[in-house]
Amino acid sequence: MKQINYICFIMKFEEIKSVLSECSVGIAGAGGLGSNCAAALVRIGLGHLVIVDFDRIEESNLNRQYYFRDQIGQPKVVALKDNLLRINPFLDLTISQEVLIPGNIPDFFEDVDLLIEAFDKADQKAMLIETALAVWPDRPVISGSGLAGYGDFASLQIVRSGSLYICGDQTHETGDETPPIAPRVGIVSHMQANLALELLLNLNSPVSSESFIS
Amino acid sequence: MNLVINNRRETVPDDIRTIKDLLDFKKFSFPRIIVRINGKLIRKPAYPETVIRENDRIEAIHMISGG
Repeated sequence: MKQINYICFIMKFEEIKSVLSECSVGIAGAGGLGSNCAAALVRIGLGHLVIVDFDRIEESNLNRQYYFRDQIGQPKVVALKDNLLRINPFLDLTISQEVLIPGNIPDFFEDVDLLIEAFDKADQKAMLIETALAVWPDRPVISGSGLAGYGDFASLQIVRSGSLYICGDQTHETGDETPPIAPRVGIVSHMQANLALELLLNLNSPVSSESFIS
Repeated sequence: MNLVINNRRETVPDDIRTIKDLLDFKKFSFPRIIVRINGKLIRKPAYPETVIRENDRIEAIHMISGG
């Protein structure tokens, strides 16, 4: 695993939007990580997005997820579609209300440039990452791991292992005393979006990808 | 045997032969881990038969619940 040094690219927003409009991102899971990451990417002009999640919105989700009280009970992907299209009605968005398993992951995410792992449960995160890296060894997978509780901003980091990037503190597991709540989940979901942006601009520009590695 | 585990040099007992042995020894629990040897992804069914060698670089990434 390698620690990533951020490089702040200087690019006009119109240029960013123009590059992103041609890019495609897959998001596995539409909870705290996935819904907030999606909103950030859509706000900056991502053109194509694929989101898969099986779940429905519960009241307890509203402490961190990009949904509203009047959407409780709806499938998350349906509500997220409504919310994202309010940001950009021209977004090319594919949603599926399905449980992701090793057998269907290749089909859902065949055409994306990179994949965001945004599940809740650790074994599901591992399953998705393992499947994605086996099917597409060179395609970036941006995972979130360790985001429960509050405070301790400095422990949030990105580590890299080949094409796998992990955002979070890699320590704090969700529990009664360490709930996943908006501020820290939001930071990690936006670390994922920020890294996705960085990688997508980099994939489409002459800057060497080596510049990401410390 | 000398290994590099998650970027740290470590010496493990010589009776550790496979990835499964190593994960058991390190008490890394199974269902939530990503394993690579020298950058190559090792899938779960292959843990018991994947032999580790002197100076291998092993990454065992533990995923944490929450999202």
